Amino acid sequence: MKAFETVHGLVAPLDRANIDTDQIIPKQFLKSIKRTGFGDNLFDAWRYLDEGDMQMTQNERRLNHEFVLNEPRYQGARILLTRENFGCGSSREHAVWSLMEYGFDVVIAPSFADIFHNNCLKNGLLPVTLDHATVDQLFDRAEEPGFELTVNLVAQEVRLNDGTVFSFEIDPDYKAKLRSGEDDIIATLRHADQIRAFEGQHKARQPWLFNR
Amino acid sequence: MNLCYSQPASKLAGFLILKGLAVPTLYDKIWADHLVGQRFDGMSLLYIDQHLLHEVTSPQAFEGLALAGRPMWRVGANLATPDHNVPTINRAAGIAGFDDPIARQQVVTLDENCRRHGVLQFDIKDQRQGIVHVIGPEQGATLPGMTIVCGDSHTSTHGAFGALAQGIGTSEVEHVMASQCLAANKTLNLQVKVVGDLPVGLSAKDLVLAIIGQLGTAGATGHTIEYTGAAIAALSMEGRMTLCNMSIEAGARAGLVAIDDTTLEYVHGRPFAPIGAQWDAAESYWRSLNSDSDAHFDKTVIVNVDQLVPQVTWGTSPEMVTGVNGAVPDPATISDEVKAESARLALKYMGLTADQPITDIWLDRVFIGSCTNSRIEDLRSAASLVKGRKVAASIKQAIVVPGSGLVKAQAEKEGLAQIFIDAGFEWRDPGCSR
Repeated sequence: MKAFETVHGLVAPLDRANIDTDQIIPKQFLKSIKRTGFGDNLFDAWRYLDEGDMQMTQNERRLNHEFVLNEPRYQGARILLTRENFGCGSSREHAVWSLMEYGFDVVIAPSFADIFHNNCLKNGLLPVTLDHATVDQLFDRAEEPGFELTVNLVAQEVRLNDGTVFSFEIDPDYKAKLRSGEDDIIATLRHADQIRAFEGQHKARQPWLFNR
Repeated sequence: MNLCYSQPASKLAGFLILKGLAVPTLYDKIWADHLVGQRFDGMSLLYIDQHLLHEVTSPQAFEGLALAGRPMWRVGANLATPDHNVPTINRAAGIAGFDDPIARQQVVTLDENCRRHGVLQFDIKDQRQGIVHVIGPEQGATLPGMTIVCGDSHTSTHGAFGALAQGIGTSEVEHVMASQCLAANKTLNLQVKVVGDLPVGLSAKDLVLAIIGQLGTAGATGHTIEYTGAAIAALSMEGRMTLCNMSIEAGARAGLVAIDDTTLEYVHGRPFAPIGAQWDAAESYWRSLNSDSDAHFDKTVIVNVDQLVPQVTWGTSPEMVTGVNGAVPDPATISDEVKAESARLALKYMGLTADQPITDIWLDRVFIGSCTNSRIEDLRSAASLVKGRKVAASIKQAIVVPGSGLVKAQAEKEGLAQIFIDAGFEWRDPGCSR
């Protein structure tokens, strides 16, 4: 997981509320043995006109040119702007993997589903919560060609190119973890000596657990 | 922190609890004996003794390790077998017998990962292959007092041995592979006290369905259940596995049964069980783990089974259950609007009508198997009913899927397989049958 400080980039607006994880990455793509390769199937049912499967490459698919992410002006977007309760539904971590692999580093919404929010933390995607009025305002602005934002985690602010600034709240532990770029495993392995010491005592107490 | 607002066993216990010295349960003791410490973010690190792997939730975890260049923390704590997506026919052909290319790739990947890391695997050709929650106990890889995890929600099965066993997600599978620890928070203690004796002819499945019917599918959320009472002590190990298996269906993180002679007799002599002096030491440790008689539970639910009749689930959720002498409900009489609506949808999906008696429902298919009920006792019990009878012409399919290659061989040796085949059942190869 890379350390998160500031992201500057194009904003893609996805004007729907309650987008669930099956809409983010449909279940037929979960049979993969990889944790990569989900970016092409992000929002699959909306992005393509045909029904895809895991064997098909993106070139074989029929793009839905009406879908916002397929519009030429939003190519290369790093910030997804959307509506409330983003990421509800099943707990699949693939939802976060697919968003990140597509190229998003930040999702801005009025609210996020709980498990999705935690999965973001595990993988280094920044969920930014802004009030409804601010999100409305950003949706209006995102119609402008080349609308960009700078999202600064350190200062906890979203800055427009015209100098307008919106600040956002984030849990301090959550922020520290994203800034350090530490994933859950790194966080635990910082206690490796403690784990090793425990393991030694555990083996002395219950040697039958260590026969294999 | 546990406070005394529920039911302390005595005034003294209540006093001790207030002082923060609650009398520990089996769960509390296993937790304490595996607690490495607190991580900087406040999560507890729980040391994991046994990690069970299968082909569906392990590949991304192995890939994650490879991408980060991390080794497995303790290879010997892992045991793998393919079970979820393996076909239950044509097993003699091995990998070549797979129709589904994705399932084949999952199984081949498990083979490669186990070979690369040196993980012990009972592969598709091994007679010890089977449902992960059948083979762990069968091999003595599941031992009392252990912490056990697996990327499958029915890992609670192993709680039958007085082991703390729970299902985990893919990121957690990788986390355990890399650190031998689970980052978790302690749950509350829920005692399900079973009062009365289970009537003759009823099984652990009837018992657990009745418990879920009473608790609801979210009734144990945030808790670890300990099942207590004479009816639980009277269950065989296989019955206790069926019971604990379905703890997850009540929303619990894990389910437990106390360690007793039945547990020890089952474990003794299994391939991975300790022997000699090590067994003696293990036995005395295990016997010390049980909840003390005045142990503090955050909640106690009493289930009376004296009058229990065979249970039948009629809908789309295990809490949609009633006695065989009952009827499916009429949604119009359910006051909770959400429950009424889900009953309405379930009846429609199942093609049933309100108030239809259970005994008036025609069966389409018969399936005997799964990690809940595919062990030798289940097959013996089913065969005793099937013997000398035939599958009715109206039944579209009747299949038996033994839980492991060893269960299958045992059932063939005892003549059970022939009873099923003679009656018109398909006699399949071991797997989860998804």
